[in-house]
This record gives sequence, structure tokens and C-alpha cells, in this order.
Amino acid sequence: MWDYTEKVKDHFFNPRNVGIIEDPDGVGQVGSLACGDALKLMFKVDAAGRIVQVKFQTFGCGSAIAAASALTELIQGKTIAEAEAITNRDIADYLGGLPEQKMHCSVMGREALTAAIENYRTGGRAEHILEGKVICTCFGVTEQEIRRVIRENRLTTVEQVTNYCKAGGGCGGCHADIEQLCRQENAEPAPAAQTPPAPEPAKPRKKLTNIQKIELVRKTLDEQVRPALQADGGDLELIDVEGDRVLIALRGMCAQCNVSEFTLAEVVQAKLREFVADTLVVEEYKGS
Amino acid sequence: MSEPVIYLDNNATSRVADEVVEAMRPYLTDRYGNASSMHRFGGAMRRVIDQARQSAARLLGCEPDEIVFTSGGTESDNAAIRGIVKLAPEKRHIITTRVEHPAVRTTCRQLQREGYRLTELAVDRQGRLDLEELRQVLGDDTVLVSVMTANNETGVIFPIAQIAELVRSRGAILHTDAVQAAGKVPLNLSQMPVDLASVSGHKFHAPKGVGILYVRRGTALAPLLVGGHQELGKRAGTENVAGIAALGAACKLALDHLPDQQRRVKPLRDRLEAGLLRDCLDARVNGDREHRVPNTTNISFEYVEGEAILLLLDRLGICASSGSACTSGSLEPSHVLRAMGVPFTAVHGSIRFSLSRYTTDREVDTVIREMPAVIRRLREISMFHPERDATAAAPTERTIRLGPRSS
Repeated sequence: MWDYTEKVKDHFFNPRNVGIIEDPDGVGQVGSLACGDALKLMFKVDAAGRIVQVKFQTFGCGSAIAAASALTELIQGKTIAEAEAITNRDIADYLGGLPEQKMHCSVMGREALTAAIENYRTGGRAEHILEGKVICTCFGVTEQEIRRVIRENRLTTVEQVTNYCKAGGGCGGCHADIEQLCRQENAEPAPAAQTPPAPEPAKPRKKLTNIQKIELVRKTLDEQVRPALQADGGDLELIDVEGDRVLIALRGMCAQCNVSEFTLAEVVQAKLREFVADTLVVEEYKGS
Repeated sequence: MSEPVIYLDNNATSRVADEVVEAMRPYLTDRYGNASSMHRFGGAMRRVIDQARQSAARLLGCEPDEIVFTSGGTESDNAAIRGIVKLAPEKRHIITTRVEHPAVRTTCRQLQREGYRLTELAVDRQGRLDLEELRQVLGDDTVLVSVMTANNETGVIFPIAQIAELVRSRGAILHTDAVQAAGKVPLNLSQMPVDLASVSGHKFHAPKGVGILYVRRGTALAPLLVGGHQELGKRAGTENVAGIAALGAACKLALDHLPDQQRRVKPLRDRLEAGLLRDCLDARVNGDREHRVPNTTNISFEYVEGEAILLLLDRLGICASSGSACTSGSLEPSHVLRAMGVPFTAVHGSIRFSLSRYTTDREVDTVIREMPAVIRRLREISMFHPERDATAAAPTERTIRLGPRSS
């Protein structure tokens, strides 16, 4: 059983500000059913730029619900600039601390806040989308996010990073990458002999022939995407490549896992853009 | 004295029976002798151990000299697997399943890292094995097959007698982790060609720290623990006389109460299951309902998370367990449910209720009465509630957002 503080228990058993704002000024949703927790944060902002009303919905464990509830109390009445300065640490501290393995609940809160503020600033246009290089394919965590969590919480190990943002908690294929990010953020030179940097696959930017492109797409899917899917009892199939359109079909578990906040197509697209060509667009093949 | 609870987590551990406490008490107080001693004060312990061995043999349907007392299920699993492969170093293939207890799974995977070829058999949506797959992967190189008798999470029973015949016909050794079957369903180990079986005392009302490794007569086993002649040289270490006496008493009680498992525990489990499925929307049973131990049900409550359910149940004094990721300390939910292909919408909200002969009608009724409100409450917090507005990322919707955000 987790050793939750009285404050965590209070916010779990009596969560504050649960519900929906019909016409929010800012809304952010992160996480997914597949990952085991998700948070949707909504707020209203008054003429003076203060957050006057805030609501949340959470699917998740006790500490995920408590962290979301705490977050709403933290930002209530704050200006956007003040709210933006809130870190996951602040959420955890507000609750009197969280078990180390549950720190990702506080990070999910901060991520939802970031997404909601971005949504507010762009007048409701921006959705939280997966941007940049995906490091952890299992949980869809980007390099940008991992770096931020390392910095804000002064993390040094892969295990800590997993506790804080789930990256590395699935198939384990990205542990070397996370280790490298930890070293870089902590500005320690990499010990040359022990861990050679992961070989960077060639990133051809010259025009590929269609045959070369298909080959490279296939190779990237086989090496970078499938192992993580297969670890979860899923798989994908490359159906076709037409110009920049890549058609994939999801199989097994992946076919049912249709509720991710980031979709599998997005993760695949991010990988293919990184390793093949940044003009590629991935679509899911819906035919039988 | 702690407050009374409704204890429906008997696959995790069970209450020590009063009779068992009485049976072990003398060996924790006045009769503390060492069975290996030359004096009568110690030597008398030998008879105590022999009696327990006979009770254990009766429960498992085997001979007393096929019983080795251990510290529990995990030791028995480790000792069986390691002890068999060690004696046949020329064979390099091990077969197990994707749904084994970690004690078996981890040991097999360690051997894989040490150079063994490992096959983990898949299960279908009901958690059933495909014996044809087993037939195909069994080879001349296969040294050991380790397949559990009943699954700890779902209660699904594997056809061990058929598996044993198949394994025997190909000249391999069969080990079965029978921890969740012993005391719940009749075991007749002598009647089928099972070579080794693991049993844990605390799952059927003995204390923790004592278990059994069944080793069929004529099956050679390298001991895991060395440094003494105890247990016919198969397990060194001064015998845990109090624990063994307790286990013997628990075996006797389990055998006496075995008919109750079908007569009383199973109908209670079925009533609990039916009540929960009736009163909680979007609930489903995980696992083959036809071939299950009588005390276990594993139910997924979709769109809610298991740890949150357990915390709310705990406040009501109800003890159960979950296959959700958050209860394990890892980020991955139950490997058993994932191997079965249970969708993510259901796996995180899976709750296992495991009853015992102490479970009462009243307790079951209380759970049936309280559960719907617990689930409703969490679904009200969740954005994934199926009855909520469809735009709020309803689980059936899928929008693939492609391209830059301007699109």
C-alpha cells in the first residue's frame, strides 16, 4: 500500500473542483486510458487576466486525482503568468509530498496546465500535440518533456525519470537515450569507454527514391516502433507509401487501444519524420 | 486488535485458522527441539514433521516421501526449476507460459539470460493455453516445462493432466506451480505424470513462511539449498517445526473442507460476480468462467482505475486487489491480463476478489451493495465516462491529428 500523506488522502476522498466548464477560455488534456491516467484541465479567465474558475476531470489512481485537485487550488485566482511558473514540485509540495514512484502524477498536472495555458494563448486553437523527437515509444514521451522533468526535479537516473514522467517504464528500449539526456542536463561529460553514444542512424535529407523511402520506412518501423508495440501484444503493418503518405494498419492490442490522447499514428509519424523525411504524413488504414 | 474487515484477498494471503495456531503453538513455546538432535527432546520433533508430511501427502494425493517442506511457493518454484535444469546441462530449452507467477517467470528469464532458449506460451482471450502450440514447441532439447495449475489473478485452471501426458511423451520434466490450486480443487498428483509441484501454506490458512515442493519418486533434483541432510537431502536447513506442524494442520483442514469449496465458496463467488455485473455498468469478467478455481473472480470496471477503486473500498473495510499499474509500483499493468489481450480500457480497472471458507453471505452482500457507488463516484470524476458528452474524448472516438497544428 502506498504511504500517502493526509493531504493526498483528503484531496482524493474529497476532490475539489471536479467537473466541466462548458465554455472554457483554456483547456488542456494529457495522458490516456492506455497509460493508466489522464487529466483534463479547464479554466475561465477574467478581464484582468486572472483564473477565476477552474475545473478538472481525471481518470487515474488516488494520487492522480489528488494532484489534479491540488493543482486547481494552486491556480485558482492566479494570473496566467503566475500559474505558468508552477512546477510539478509545487503540486507535490502542496500535497505534503508524493511517493517517489507517483511523482508522474504531479508532472501530469503541470503538463495539463502547460497545455491549457497554450490553448488559452492561442485563443482555443492549440491542442496538446506530440512535438519533437519521441524518446519513449511506449508512453509517447518526447525529448523536450524529459529534459524539462530532469531540470525541474534535478533528476540523475533513468529510474527517476521513469518515476517522474513514465518514460522508460515500458519495453526499456530507450534507457540509453534517457541516460544520455540525464548526463547532458546535468552537464557531465559522457564516460567514453563505458557507454558509447547510441549510434545515430543516418538521417538522409537528400531526395530519396520511392524504393529507398519504403525501405527506410520499413527499417524504421521494424527497429524503432514494433518492439515497443509487440511488448504490449500489438503490432502494425505497413500497407502502402504513396508519395509522402504512409499508410499503416494497427494489429492486436494496438487496434483496440483507440483512446490515446496522442494517437499511435502520431508517434509513428514522429519517428518516421525523424529517421526518414520530415514531410511524411502517417495515416491509419481503415480498410479490412 | 484491528478493526474487522471484509477480506476478499485470499489469493494474496489468508487468515491463519484458529486450529492451525493451536497446532503450532507448542513448537513456539515448550517444544523447541531440533529434529536432528540425538536426545528425545529434539528427536520427538521428527514424529511431528512426519505427521505433517502425511497430512500434506493426503491433500496432494501423493506419497509422504514425495513431500519436501520449504519456506513457501517462491522457494519451491526456484528450487524446482533450477534443480531440474542443473542435472541436464545438455538440454537447453525451457517452456513456460506468459501468465506465470513472477517466481517462475523471473527464474525462467534469468536462465534465458544464462543461455537457455525460452518459450513463453501464449494464452487466448479467456486465458486458455493452446495445447497444440505446446505440442509444436516441445522438442528433444526441452528439459523443463513449467505451467501453473491455476492462475493467481484470474483463477483460470490449466488442463495439467493433459499437459503432463504431453510433456512426458516427449521426455521432458513438468513442474506446476499449484499455489493457487491447493486446497481449492482436488489434486491427485500421483494420478498424473507431474514431476514437481509448488504449494504455499499461507494461501490456505497456514502461516507465511512454509510451503511444499512435491518431487515425484524417481525424479532427480539438485538441491537449491545445501549444507544439511534434512528433507532427504533435497532441502538443507533445520526444519521449521512450528511452521510444518501448522502446515500439516492446514492441509488436514483443507482436505476436510474441500467439498465446501464447491458447495459453499463457489456459489458465494458466483453470487458476488452476478451482483456486481448486474449493478455496475460496463463491468466484465476476465478469464474462462468454466474452468476456474471456485474462490476467484477478476472483474474489470471500465473507465476507472484500480488503485482508486481499492482506496475507496479500503475506506469501507473491504480488501481486494487490482491488476492496475498503479498498485504494483511499476507502470505496466498486469502481465496476465495483457497476455490475454484484455483491452486497456479494462485492464487498469480490474479488481480481483478472492474468497475463502470464512467468507460469509453478509460480506458478499455488503460488497454488492457498496460497489456501484464506488464505481459511479470515480466515473463522475473521469472524462472517459461513456455516458458523458461524446466530445470529451469518449473512448469510442478516435481523431487522428495529423500534420502541423494549423491544420
